[in-house]
Order: sequence, then C-alpha cells, then structure tokens
Amino acid sequence: MSDIPQDLKYAESHEWVREEGGGLVTIGISDHAQEALGDLVYVEVPDVGATVTVGDACAVVESVKAASDVYSPVDGEVVAVNEALADAPELINSEPYGEGWIMQVRLADANALDDLLDAEGYANAIADD
Amino acid sequence: MPFIPHTDTDVEQMLGAIGASSVEALFDEIPAALRCGRLDRVPERMTEMEITRLMHERADADGRPLNFIGAGAYEHHVPAAVWEIVTRGEFYSAYTPYQAEASQGTLQVIYEFQTMMCGLTGLDVSNASLYDGATALAEALLMAVRANRKSKSHRILMPRSVSPVYRQVVHAICAAQQLKLVELDYDPATGATPEAALAEHAGSDIAAVVIPHPNFFGCFEAVDSMTDWAHANGALAVAVVNPIALALTRAPGEWGEQGVDICCGEGQPLGSPLSSGGPYFGFMTCKQALVRQLPGRIVGRTLDMDGKPGFALTLQAREQHIRRGKATSNICTNQGLLVTAATIHMSILGPVGLQQVARASMANTRKLVAALTELPGIEPVFTGAGFHEAVLRFDQPVRPLVDALGERGVIGGYALEGVYPELTNCLLVCATETKTDADIDTYVQTLAALMRPASAA
Amino acid sequence: MTESLIFEHSRPGRSASAQYPAGDFDVDLPAGLERTSELGLPEVSELQAVRHFTRLSQLNFSIDTHFYPLGSCTMKYNPRACNRLAMLPEFLSRHPLAPVSASQGFLACMYDLQEILKDVTGMKGVSLTPMAGAQGEFAGVAMIRAYHDARGDTGRTEILVPDAAHGTNPATATMCGYVAREIPTDDNGDVDVEALKAALGPQTAGIMLTNPSTLGVFERRISEISKLVHEAGGLLYYDGANLNAILGKVRPGDMGFDVIHMNLHKTFSTPHGGGGPGSGAVGVSERLLPYMPIPVVGKANDDSFRWLDEDDLPQSIGRLSGFMGNAGVLLRAYVYARMLGRDGMHRVAEFAALNANYLMARLEQAGFDLAFPGRRASHEFIVTLKRQHKSVGVTATDVAKRLLDHGFHAPTVYFPLLVPECLLIEPTETESKEALDAFVDAMIAIAKEAEDDIEHLRGAPYTMPVRRLDDVRAARQLDVRYQPDDQAA
Repeated sequence: MSDIPQDLKYAESHEWVREEGGGLVTIGISDHAQEALGDLVYVEVPDVGATVTVGDACAVVESVKAASDVYSPVDGEVVAVNEALADAPELINSEPYGEGWIMQVRLADANALDDLLDAEGYANAIADD
Repeated sequence: MPFIPHTDTDVEQMLGAIGASSVEALFDEIPAALRCGRLDRVPERMTEMEITRLMHERADADGRPLNFIGAGAYEHHVPAAVWEIVTRGEFYSAYTPYQAEASQGTLQVIYEFQTMMCGLTGLDVSNASLYDGATALAEALLMAVRANRKSKSHRILMPRSVSPVYRQVVHAICAAQQLKLVELDYDPATGATPEAALAEHAGSDIAAVVIPHPNFFGCFEAVDSMTDWAHANGALAVAVVNPIALALTRAPGEWGEQGVDICCGEGQPLGSPLSSGGPYFGFMTCKQALVRQLPGRIVGRTLDMDGKPGFALTLQAREQHIRRGKATSNICTNQGLLVTAATIHMSILGPVGLQQVARASMANTRKLVAALTELPGIEPVFTGAGFHEAVLRFDQPVRPLVDALGERGVIGGYALEGVYPELTNCLLVCATETKTDADIDTYVQTLAALMRPASAA
Repeated sequence: MTESLIFEHSRPGRSASAQYPAGDFDVDLPAGLERTSELGLPEVSELQAVRHFTRLSQLNFSIDTHFYPLGSCTMKYNPRACNRLAMLPEFLSRHPLAPVSASQGFLACMYDLQEILKDVTGMKGVSLTPMAGAQGEFAGVAMIRAYHDARGDTGRTEILVPDAAHGTNPATATMCGYVAREIPTDDNGDVDVEALKAALGPQTAGIMLTNPSTLGVFERRISEISKLVHEAGGLLYYDGANLNAILGKVRPGDMGFDVIHMNLHKTFSTPHGGGGPGSGAVGVSERLLPYMPIPVVGKANDDSFRWLDEDDLPQSIGRLSGFMGNAGVLLRAYVYARMLGRDGMHRVAEFAALNANYLMARLEQAGFDLAFPGRRASHEFIVTLKRQHKSVGVTATDVAKRLLDHGFHAPTVYFPLLVPECLLIEPTETESKEALDAFVDAMIAIAKEAEDDIEHLRGAPYTMPVRRLDDVRAARQLDVRYQPDDQAA
C-alpha cells in the first residue's frame, strides 16, 4: 500500500500538488507512481519561466525500462525546478513528497485546484491498478 | 531442401503433436482469396557450386580497376586479420546485445570503439554507430536542434563545401521536421568557406553551424574561427570529419575556445572495404552535457550481482523501443559489424599506423596532382591546403575522359559539374596510401593518350 | 571468463608495423592545425589484437553456436556462401562511383534482386537503398507523405499504429512529421476494427501494420482494414518484420498494401552482425512508383544496366545514404535468394510455421500458457508467465536468464508491451526438431525450478561471463569510455 498524504491534491495521472500559499504550488509524482516506475535514472524538468497548462507533458521521468511523461495538474508559470534531481533522480524514489519534488508553479487561477482529487479520491483511483 | 533440416518422419511427428493434417493446414487463418500462387519471376534454385560460378563471372566482369576516386569512400589497406575475425560466427551471426550476459563480446567491442572515437574526436561520449556518414550528419543536425533550446528557428548554416550528397540526404531526412538549410558559398580561390559568408548571418537565430573537415574538395576549413563564430552566435558547432585526417590534425573537441559540440562522420576509412558504397558506418560523438540527446545505442560499463565489471546497453529510455513516438530517432539496427571491424582495424594500426596512413595518403595525392598538372591543359583549382583529395580543372570535358579511362582500367576521379555547375570540366581526384608511383604513372600515361591536344580545344 | 580491455594491453612504442607504410612523408598542414593531443588508440602487436578480439567473440552467443529463438528477429542460419561470395575481391574493391561500364556484374545482381523481391511481395517497384528496417519505414512513410502532397492533399496529419507495434513505427511517424495515433487490439490479437473505423478520417495519412502482427498471429480482417483505410483516403504501410511467416504464401501487395519494407537481415538471412548492418529494401504499388528513394537499378535501351536517379524519378523522396545503401548486404541477400530458388521461397514460411506451431504445441502440453490460445502460431508465438508470476513470483527475465545457462539464447521478453511477463518465441525454419525438443526440456526444467527454488532461479545466469548486470548503476553512473585513471570498476 503506497503512501498518500492527506494534505495534498492529486491528479489521476499520478501527480501531487501542495499549496504553499500566495498562489504558489509545489508539484511532484506520487509514491504509487514512483513505485510503479522503479528505480529512476533521469528526470527532465521544465525551464523556469515556462508556461504550463493542465494536461501538458511538462517533465519526463525515466527508469531503465520506461520513460513517462509528467503532466501538469495546473495552469500557470514555472517559478522553480528541483535542480537536485539532475544528479540524484533517486530522490523521487526515496522521498516522493519531500526532496523529490519536481517544480513550483505560480497558479494562473487560484481556484483551479478544485478539480483535483483529494487523498481519498486518489486512493480509489489507484485501487483498480 | 536447402537450409531446412526436416526429414519426412520429423514432419509427420511434428504435425501429429500439433494435431494438424498437413503443413498447409497451418495457414488456414489466411483468407483463401489472398493466397499466392507460383512465383514465376523467381528463378529455380542453384546449388552453392552453381551460384559460386555465377558470382565469380559477375565479379570478373567488373574487374579490379585502379581507383583514383574518393568523394566520400576511400580505398585503404585493411589488415587481413580484421575481416578474418569480424566474420567469425560469434560476431557475424549474433543479434543486438539485448541479453547482456550472453553478449559481453559485442558489448565490450562497442565500449572500446566508443573510447577510441572519443579519443580521436576529443569529445566525451560516442554512440555505437549510425548507418553512414550522410545519415550521421542528418541525425547530428536533428540532435542539434533538440539540444539548442535557445534557438527556435531550426536554421542550419550549411557550407556548400559539404558533400552534395550529404546535403541531399540531410534534406530528405530532416525536411519533414522543419529543418531549414541555409547554404554558405565557398571562396572560389581557396575552396574553403570565407568568414564573410558566416558574418552575413551574425545576430540571427541559428541552431547550428556545420564544419566539414576536410571539406568535399579536400580542403581544410578555418575550423577554429567557425567553431567560435557558432558559439558567439548562440549556435551549436557540428563537425563532419574524415577520421583518418584526425590522425594528424587537431581534435574537434579542441577547435576554437570551447571545441565543437557534436562531431560526426563516415567511418568507412576505418576498416570497411569500398564495397559499392556499403555497408559502412556513421559515427557520432558529443560533449557530456548533450548525451541525453544523442541518438542510437550506447554501451556502458557497470557491475554484476557479484560486483564484477561487465557491459550493458544504457540510456535506452532515449530510444524508440521505449520512447516510441518521442524517441531521439527511429534508429534500431545500426552497423554493428562494421564497428567491430573499425575497432579491430584501429587496434592493429594504432596511433602510429593511422598517422602513417594519413601522411602517405596526403603525400600520394600531392604526387598525383603534381604529375597530372604537368600535362598540358590541367590546372589545380584551389590554392588552399588540403588533405588527400584535390580538384583539377581540365581544358576539355572530363566526363568522356572518365569513361574512356574506365574502359582502360583506371577510375580517374569524380566529375564535379553535375553537383557544382560552376566547376565545369573539373575532376575531384584522390590517391591514398594504396597507390604506388607506378600506379600514378599508369594514370598519367593513360590520360595523356586520351586527352585532346590543347590546340584542338 | 572475461577479457581485459584492449587499452590495458597497450604499451608505448609497440605497433603492428607490417600493416602501414613506413618512411617519412612530406606533409604540409596549415600552421596551427597539427594534432596536439594523443589519438587515444591502443599500441599492441597484431597477435595481441587478434587474440583479444577472438577471445571477445567467444563471450557471445550467436546463431552459429546456439539456438537463438528471439521473437520478431528471425535468427535463421546465415549461409556461409553468402558471405564468401559477397566478399569476392572485385566486389569489395568496387568504388560506389565507378562508371557503369565497369559495374555491369554488380548491377546485374542488384537488378535481379529487385525483380525477385517484387515477385515475392507482389509490389510494382523495389528500391534497395534503405539501410535498415527503420530506414525502410522512414522511406515508406515519406513516400506516403509525398503522395498526399503531390495531390495537394495536405490536411492529413496522422499515422495510425496498432498498440502492439514495434517502437520504430511511432518513432518513424514522428520523424516524417506525423502524429502517431494508437489503435487498440482485440482479445484475439486482431486489430479492433470498430476502433479503427472511429479513428479514420480526413486527417488519416495512412496506417502502419505488421502482418502477422507482433502478437504472432495473422490479421484475419486485413482485406476489410485495407478497404476502410483506402476509403478514408489513407495508404497502407506494411512493416516487413514478420515477412518470414508468409513468404511464398501470401503477398503484401495482394493484401492491399501500398508500400512495404523488408528486413533482408531477417527474411533473406543476411547476418545481424551484433546489431547490424541490416537492409530495409522498400517495395511500392503502382501509385507510389514515382516517389521511390534513389538510386534504383534500371535498364538502358541496349539492355545494359544503369542507375535511375533524380533525372528518371524527379518526384523521388531523395537519397537516404551516401551512395546506394548497404550493397554488401544486398549481395548476400541475392546469393541466398538464388540458392533458395522458387520452391525454396514457398518452403520458408511452411517450415517456419511448422517449427513455431510444433514448439507452441509442445510448450502448451507442458503446462505453459499461451497469450492467444486457439490461434495458429505464425512463425512465432507468445507464452505468458502471468499465472506463474502471481503464484511463485517468477518473471520473464528469470526464465530468459536461466535459458542462457541451459545453452539457449533467450526469446524476446517484455515485447509486445501488451502481454504481461511474455516470451515471444521464434524458432525459424532452419532449426531441427531435436533443437526444439531440447528447448522444451529446458523450459520444463526451469518451470520446475521456479516451483522448487525460486531464489536460485532469480540468481541466474550462473554460467555466463558475468551474472545479471546492474542497469540502474549503468544509467546513473555513466561510464561509456575507458579513462586510465578511472576508479569506476
């Protein structure tokens, strides 16, 4: 059973979103997703300043056998990316909700998070996997 | 039945195990209307003895003329050991090394090859090969466009002194991905790309600049200033090189202030026979920072479960079998056997051997040019220094001469006017280390007898 | 057994001096262009090099040494005559730009090969220039694009690809400027025709199909699919990866395909060479003839052979190689085709199918699950270990690695992606019944081991030069060239 923190929002495509206040959110991929991918060997993050929209492939996570797109769960502008992943992609495996974050986005619309799943909703969504 | 081991008893037992009445029944899922009949245009079979005779007859018909032509494929001595080993079944009939534990031989060869190509080109990472030099350049430019995130234009500065066929291949492969080739003319006096041709594009959005070394005319370009110009203008520097020339000249990784970003080229001079144009192999090396954009297979050294070193394909998530529509290239099969040949070839020649081959080829071409230009009506076209090819202008049409030489067992060179209309009556000639003084004399005497006296021109 | 790196045998000053010209040569390099760094090549004797590379060869599995039932790769015997005759000195020394007057022997072989390939595929024209399957795919899809463009039909943006397709198919579509759109497969392994109908439209440029598919079964509704795609204005591309299954039985041209590529390194038995060279000759229907990649071999008025180039085919998609592709591979394919002859062509698919169906039946009887039970095998079939994976935790990798210890190369694993824990097994027509029976015995022994001692199975292989390699380390701590002061190993 994978870890699904209660205080985060989730997309069905396995991204999590944490509200940081002031219209800023932090985004990463769920514990369930990292477990399914296995040991990550590379993460491609977007450029700071890039505009992202919901459903856009904005990052890529690679294991030795698979490459998966990370889809933006929100609309907005990328204000920071996790540079540490360049040398240590395994941070996503060890701390998917902490040091393994992928990017921070300034939201275009603060109410946009309402469409995302809560922890319970995400748990149900992955129960069928 | 050629190459099929089954006895009648085998077939009977096997059909019994399957529960099928006949071999034909195994095809009962194919709609009857689609089944094909007799293949009328396929001839009856030949035994090995018969086909051997036929192939010898055809080979004999073509003979073994004296080659003074290069233009992208160069005749060099290949040590006998190279192809004796390459055609061992263990290399020849193995597949791509996906099962690493059962393919350590192939994998280690590729790792050694990568090391040698990085050494020759002065760059950090090499792939395991591409199809040939022309497609390697196409892939290098697609890679440059992916890697140069600052440039949005997809514009490539392409000297006209790059092989015309390479430029055609780049166009055929890259046009659908919106690459735009901007041609740079060469200096009609030196045969190299003048600084002014680049300067015209200063300040515009350029993804990459191609730097041939030597160029199609055999001339050396101003590689340092072209590399620096590219970097000063936000473009990647992409070298397309003859690996034999690198034995004597500065490595592309050391050109200009920062070195080129990507280097590619035709690997044929490293152990592939001329063989009508293939199989050869393309090579590509690049700076470490660009490795994720490098197309094709890469072998890495790692450890096994017991901590023992071994080799495996790595960074496969860039490739089509994992990345599918988002892969760096659609390339799958490459030119592994030719890479094996090149690795053995480079090992046997070593640094001294490769340098001697390069020096002898340069010296022989100088001799050939000197001897030919002693004939009335033949002049060198370019003043710039070159490697082992040169362009000569005749006072009469060269195509009839080339044909007539061919009938007399001399392949005299490559007529340039078809691809460079301004180079009327010009011939690109080459003499590698394989040519003796007597060979050069044969060429000169045969040509002298064919040329029309200047007075009649 | 392992072998040190060639660089570790190197000693300064050693060389194989019989192999290069001696003497001082007068060379005039421009000032500042002289080489300043080492070349990075080893300095060894000829014997050291010969011994090193011979030993390395002995670390490989190959067709000549082992049964190699790698699905979708057609690892059949590569007759030695093909190699010997392609390497006649006259063929090896022929310069690609030699005049046609000095090339009639070579051109005759190429012309004959084009004619044979046209007949066995039912196509109207063949170009031999593509250098591998993926380049053949590129040529094919580029011709589809050229065809639509020439008609001013420029709104077609999509290439349809079954979800079971080789990764090269969508990658090729992208290289040709198209978007690849996936079509699902039904439970019997056929294309889901209803989904296909829904996907077809004015945006459809064409569809890429392998038939038999990568699932090892023949696409039974191919005529209907062909009709649907053509009615939508699209063209059909045949991926020849599995042509061995139908050679001499059914022709892509008769199934309605407009363009195909052939993997001559599979069906026509040219060597795989540890990853190439291949050859991806393309065949086209009447309407794509003008777009074939150049050069093609044709005949002059006097019946002599000549090159057809841009003057003859002005609408060609162009040149895809520096000269004419992998000529030496084509000579090997030609020799093979002549030795098979007409009857031999028909026998290829017959005995490939006999071997595949026999092996499938034996493995099913031994308790293995088939991905598509009740279907005929084509020249290959899929075993799935889904049940055993659930019950004892065995994976396809475990079985693959253990087969190496039993002296068999592993089948293709984890492809196609649709079937969990799958083994795609292709025995080819050149294997004897005894080889297949021995393989079945090994599979039975491994299945028993999975039940009895899964931990031991997970440690396989035990008899190879190395045990299972750490792929994650290989990717994270990238070591792709030897550096003398390296501490990596």
